[in-house]
Amino acid sequence: MALPTYATPLERTWHWAYLAICTLIFIFLIAPILIIIPLSFNTEPYFTFTPEMLSLDPDGFSMRWYDSLMTFGMARPEAPRDASWFADMWANAKWVNAAKNSIIIGVFSTVLATVLGTLAALGLSRPEMPFRRLIMAILISPMIVPLIITATGLFFFYSSACLPQNSWLSSIFAPFLSNSGCLANTYLGVILAHATLGIPFVIITVTATLVGFDQSLNRAAASLGANPRTTFFRVTMPLILPGVISGALFAFVTSFDEVVAVLFIAGPDQQTIPRQMWNGIREQISPAILAIATLLVIFSIALLATVELLRRRSERIRGLSPG
Amino acid sequence: MASPLDPHAAIVTEAGGIDAPLTTADGQPLHRALARASRRARWRAFLLVAPLLAFILLTFVMPIGQMLYRSVHNDGFSANMPQISAWFAETEPGTTPDEAAFAALANDIQASAEARSVGIVGTRINYELPGTRSLFTSTGRKLRDGVEPPYREAMLEIDRKWGDPELWASMRNSSTAYTDSFYLASLDRTRDVNGDIVQVNENRRVYIMLFMRTLWLSALVTFMTFLLGFPIAHLLAVLPLRKSNLLMILVLLPFWTSLLVRTTSWMVLLQQQGVVNDLLIWLGVIDNAGRLKMMYNQIGTIIAMTHILLPFMILPLYSVMRTINPSYVRAARSLGATSWTAFRRIYFPQTLPGLGAGALLVFILAVGYYITPALVGGASGQLISNMIAEHMTGTLNWSMAAALAAILLGGVLILYWIYDRLVGIDNLKLG
Repeated sequence: MALPTYATPLERTWHWAYLAICTLIFIFLIAPILIIIPLSFNTEPYFTFTPEMLSLDPDGFSMRWYDSLMTFGMARPEAPRDASWFADMWANAKWVNAAKNSIIIGVFSTVLATVLGTLAALGLSRPEMPFRRLIMAILISPMIVPLIITATGLFFFYSSACLPQNSWLSSIFAPFLSNSGCLANTYLGVILAHATLGIPFVIITVTATLVGFDQSLNRAAASLGANPRTTFFRVTMPLILPGVISGALFAFVTSFDEVVAVLFIAGPDQQTIPRQMWNGIREQISPAILAIATLLVIFSIALLATVELLRRRSERIRGLSPG
Repeated sequence: MASPLDPHAAIVTEAGGIDAPLTTADGQPLHRALARASRRARWRAFLLVAPLLAFILLTFVMPIGQMLYRSVHNDGFSANMPQISAWFAETEPGTTPDEAAFAALANDIQASAEARSVGIVGTRINYELPGTRSLFTSTGRKLRDGVEPPYREAMLEIDRKWGDPELWASMRNSSTAYTDSFYLASLDRTRDVNGDIVQVNENRRVYIMLFMRTLWLSALVTFMTFLLGFPIAHLLAVLPLRKSNLLMILVLLPFWTSLLVRTTSWMVLLQQQGVVNDLLIWLGVIDNAGRLKMMYNQIGTIIAMTHILLPFMILPLYSVMRTINPSYVRAARSLGATSWTAFRRIYFPQTLPGLGAGALLVFILAVGYYITPALVGGASGQLISNMIAEHMTGTLNWSMAAALAAILLGGVLILYWIYDRLVGIDNLKLG
């Protein structure tokens, strides 16, 4: 944005001051996220830059906190790093187990949220949908209602809604439920909760994609003899796919980042990465937290890049923007 | 219908050849066939939404309904103390307990102690009058050996507290399964001896203060996000698309970064031995002894929440500012307005839809915030959500947690309704 030639000196000063203010706000936005990356390579257990780090002395940097992510919770962390050490790490290391849980819960809740959310978005985008506004408001509400309220409700629900013991239903669902036949302290319970929290994001992104969707394409396919299934998979799906994928990524991130519901409804077997971080921050905060935080920042950069590419592709194939 | 004076009707009737409604090829009236087709289309659309609607009703609406039920229903006293509950139902509030009342009380506590439920009863009364749980358990132990009339003297001999009118008022409040006492307690109110609603003791008044603090901090955070978000959104909106897309990444990266990661970074930055304090000392703003305490208080909560919620203000502001035509401001300038007047009278009013959307969203999200205040808030930065969590996991007064959550939920739903009215949920954008 250039200044007009008729700008007064006061306006010029204000212009540069404005740019300086914007720069400071950008620093405020981004610096806290980036600053933890160098700090995570600290040799010392401090949360600030040591003199060695500031003078870029290699001795001031180390990978010890990344190493501790693997060894924390292991039976024999000091053993030589052979196959049995890796087996020990895979089975016992707390952060490794937390990562496994986060991925299992994240993947299943994302699949659930994406399938249900995409179907619903297709229905909500039809002009003839009855009670559209009310239903949309209900489906988006898990994003608006404070997490603590959702978690409180789920806690009551999961500990009271139990299948009666020794019924035919409980014999089918037994592997997914706790010993007393309830959803509390189970993977299934956390997956259902996270799917609920991810659904609004899927609906929002997919309906946004469907806004520019030309319904006459579906009619054209039908008039050329395609049945509804073929029409959906060959015409509708390829066009809304970018929206579906970014919705799925949003749902996955929601699950991957969620801690309040996990605190309330998950048991010791379902410790996720955020739950483990919560423990770490509240109890013995060490730079290992910064190491895991750095990994998560890199993960979110990758996700952001994917979503941006998808958004541009979606706008291009729908003809909303050139290039 | 078609009068002979209406030339158009005459033409239609003549073209149809008969004086009958239009029909489809298989002879059905057209309007009925159309109605059926649109009904079928409505059903088809609804069937696509139905699975998700059922899912949300089961995993979200029903649990919250159950929570609301718990906030008005607690039978810890009434289910285990049937006789004295019946006495309360028959008498007016403020009635002095007579011999029959003490007899009912003694029998109930005795039965309850034998059924090992006197602890539940005591816990329920303890919510109303702290420090009374042990009175019930110890009385229960003594009564198991049997009790002789006169009951009044016997009970007072066990503990003089049984004559306390306040205790009787608490028992009366708990004597029905359905109760408003948790909502009264959420507003720092209780029922006194005569059944009138009064404020609780001054040292127990916490909830209204917490609600006010939550509202005040949320408003402050909303204002801070406006203050920081407005210039950024404006800059992004006036820059060429290529540059603004690049800068937009700086806004979206925090949006995509884990909430716990951002809270952790602020803890690292703001602590007394942290980077911000070091930087200020190096700049000479403060000396080593005067390190600022910016964490475990309200300052930490405000800074971290502003940072976390800032993208929710920038994105709606940006999408509205993009659509503002720059020639209006130019026209104002050419008509003699100073740049400040042009901004104030022409530009700013056009950004109000985006500002309203952003401010409402930030405020709604801030009111229910839990994680950040819990980690960086300390004692003075705790919000109402933290109190709900405390009752859920600490004091285990679940009905109280449910009542506080219900009040918070009511407030959020009103704001959500306003948001839907003003902005429309369809216009919610995510990056």
